Amino acid sequence: MLANLGFGALFVTFLISLYGIGAAVYGARKNRPAWIESARLSMLLTFPLITISAFSLIYLLVNRHFEYEFVFSVTSNSMPLFLRATALWGGQAGSLVFWSWLLSAFTSAVTLRKWERDREFLPWVIVVSLVTLAFFLILVIFFENPFARIWSLPNGTAKVTMFQPLNAVLFVPPDGQGLNPLLRHPGMIVHPPMLYLGFVSFVIPFAFGIAALITGRTDDRWIRITRRWTLVAWLFLSLGLLLGGRWAYDVLGWGGYWGWDPVEISAFMPWLTGTAFLHSVMIQEKRGMLKRWNMVLIILTYCLVIFGTFLTRSGVLSSVHAFAQSAIGPLFFAFIGLTFLASLTLLIQRWDDLKSETQMTSLLSREALFLLNNLLFMGILVVCFWGVIFPLISELFTGQQVTVGPPFYERATAPLFAGLLLLMGIAPLSAWGHSTWKTIGHAMWKPALVSPIIPLVFFSLGMRSIPALIGFWLASLVACITLYEFWRGALARHQRAGESLPVAFWRLMGRNRRRYGGYIIHLGVVLMSFGIIGIELFQTETQGTIPQGGQIQLGDYTLTFKSLAIFDKEDGRNVARAVIDVERNGKYLGELYPRRDYYVESQQPMTIPGVRSTWEDDLYVLLVDWQPVSTAGATFKVYHNPLVNFLWLGGLVFILGTLVAAWPEREREFVPKPATRDTYVGSQA
Amino acid sequence: MKAVSFINTVLISLVYLSLFYLGVSPTYAQSPTPQPITDDQVNAIAKQMYCPVCENVPLDVCPTQACAEWRDLIRDKLTMGWNDDQIKKYFVDQYGDRVLATPPTRGLNWLIYIIPPLTFLAGMFILFRAFQAWRKPGSQAAAPPAQKTPDDDYAQRLEEELKKL
Repeated sequence: MLANLGFGALFVTFLISLYGIGAAVYGARKNRPAWIESARLSMLLTFPLITISAFSLIYLLVNRHFEYEFVFSVTSNSMPLFLRATALWGGQAGSLVFWSWLLSAFTSAVTLRKWERDREFLPWVIVVSLVTLAFFLILVIFFENPFARIWSLPNGTAKVTMFQPLNAVLFVPPDGQGLNPLLRHPGMIVHPPMLYLGFVSFVIPFAFGIAALITGRTDDRWIRITRRWTLVAWLFLSLGLLLGGRWAYDVLGWGGYWGWDPVEISAFMPWLTGTAFLHSVMIQEKRGMLKRWNMVLIILTYCLVIFGTFLTRSGVLSSVHAFAQSAIGPLFFAFIGLTFLASLTLLIQRWDDLKSETQMTSLLSREALFLLNNLLFMGILVVCFWGVIFPLISELFTGQQVTVGPPFYERATAPLFAGLLLLMGIAPLSAWGHSTWKTIGHAMWKPALVSPIIPLVFFSLGMRSIPALIGFWLASLVACITLYEFWRGALARHQRAGESLPVAFWRLMGRNRRRYGGYIIHLGVVLMSFGIIGIELFQTETQGTIPQGGQIQLGDYTLTFKSLAIFDKEDGRNVARAVIDVERNGKYLGELYPRRDYYVESQQPMTIPGVRSTWEDDLYVLLVDWQPVSTAGATFKVYHNPLVNFLWLGGLVFILGTLVAAWPEREREFVPKPATRDTYVGSQA
Repeated sequence: MKAVSFINTVLISLVYLSLFYLGVSPTYAQSPTPQPITDDQVNAIAKQMYCPVCENVPLDVCPTQACAEWRDLIRDKLTMGWNDDQIKKYFVDQYGDRVLATPPTRGLNWLIYIIPPLTFLAGMFILFRAFQAWRKPGSQAAAPPAQKTPDDDYAQRLEEELKKL
């Protein structure tokens, strides 16, 4: 019954979406505000309707209705409540419902904004949003229906379909297959929703971009409206990527946080174009330039969002042949192709209207440096995109499957990331319009003088890796310049308005949140770079099989294997858990408990590390193997990950900076006020 | 100025290309030793390989039984005195190029290594040309001052204050 309600709600939403698209187009073409209003209300209605559907599905998941094929495939009796509920996004069909749900939440929220000043955008924002939503609803309703039931046919076979076939009876399995063990982790609650939120919220700036192209209102209004939407999308995507990295580090048991896996890359690609977009829109706002390029970037970001969903949902990653077998693969392919072509056609039609209002006057101006930043982001994007699709191309043309693994990506992107770090240091010092080496040098020399301290300290401690020293120097340079910028700003307010330094600092940030939020994000990146350089260039590892009481040495650490216990858990796991004593230079530090969980029903093992975490390093121990009968000997793999916690700390700072930049403030009218003494910010604040 | 900019472009491109090809990658010294083969020796080779079944999980950390057997096979080959390349070639002959972490540099595979730097260079070139066009005197009206927003006013005033420091 509830399933019928859920499915019916989806179907009605689909029809309403089609109606909304038609009403919006008609209303815009014939200039009938009533039709546009009707379209707006239909878009608003999609969210409550899909909410009914999503809650119906969650109800079925939580209450173990295994007669539904989706529920059967992602839940089991032994799974705890939170995992049964979050299994909504644990499989293909449910995750598509979840995607649509979040998208409808965002599009409905957009309908509630004040539209007085930009009413002409409204119908086209509705069209773009609802076309996207309708596409996902088609996938759910016609191809990946989570409400389909399992039926026993009279001939003894089973069939999965929504409605009862003739003479068939409902088949209710006693237990489900359960969620993939890798997904049975608290990270499951937050990581996928964050990524999905990041994905769907990029639809909004894209919709406004397309609306600007269609209506011909190609000034920077669309960018100003979507500034916060873009930042929110970017925040969620960044959070999703960071949480994914942390989850991998905690659960996947390979000592790392990022494996350049195609699924990871598919979420990283829209982040790259989104980041380039966030920087490049500032050039349009301040200088009226790069209007075409900003359109290209937001179109690319949208297409990469759909492409990312396509990559992870079509089966194409495992093989091009899997793509052919997947019903939704070709549909995705067609949708991406059509939206990309349609967007480009619109862009070309408006090409002349999108001319720059001003010209580039200096190669050292901030806009020039931002352009270089965009080039580097695009360079990384090409590496990622090409690396992901090359195996498919190879298989298609030569029949030979190849692997494009981390060494390729690391080599190809490292110089580009280093270039980005350097720009991150210089660009904030350059001025819009015109800068010279002299002015930049003047602003830079003090922090530049301080910046070599950290690499010199590392050098004196014995570090001789040139790439690492360069990396640390670049990161310190960015840190010193950014902190110096904060200091200069706060000091100026302090001297001018007589505010105490902390108050001056606080008000400085409050007055220009985007700028100083951006700086905090840069500081987050600096911290992350420390962690990344630490683990990428200085990770050491060893593996050994030792008897009870035996020892493994890695650097200064000595690990002693104390005991191993094997036992069953109520949730269907067979657990092998070792106890390890850790000493460093003879000093006892504590115990670690690396373990191997074996999920009996799905026959999948999971290696959970025992980790000792400090700011200096992580000692990360994996239980690789053991003697099943005697439990006398076991194989351990030990990683030493220097500085890795700076990566997570940097992630937190990064998110904090994004929150500062995106924090809502009253929208101001953009009427320039004369800069007189009376309006000095210090006296206002 | 034009010549200097062009030289800069070329230099940056060369640096990028050299970093791309010479990039930092771990190398594993290996010499035939009479001592028993350690897990670390096995993993040093396994790290550079992928089994065809466990997608995107390097062989050295893959927990499946099949991958453990592959690692045992590597150990056997090392015991027999085979070197890295011989062992990798053995697996490639058996299972195809996909067991290697990066495609071998031959045939169509060259594209994977050439396209990214070439695209980047093309991007540099386009950007360089765009700068040239933008900076050509008389191509457009002289640049008006940057568009003002309240934030800009603030930034400008802040800059003025800073100059007085």
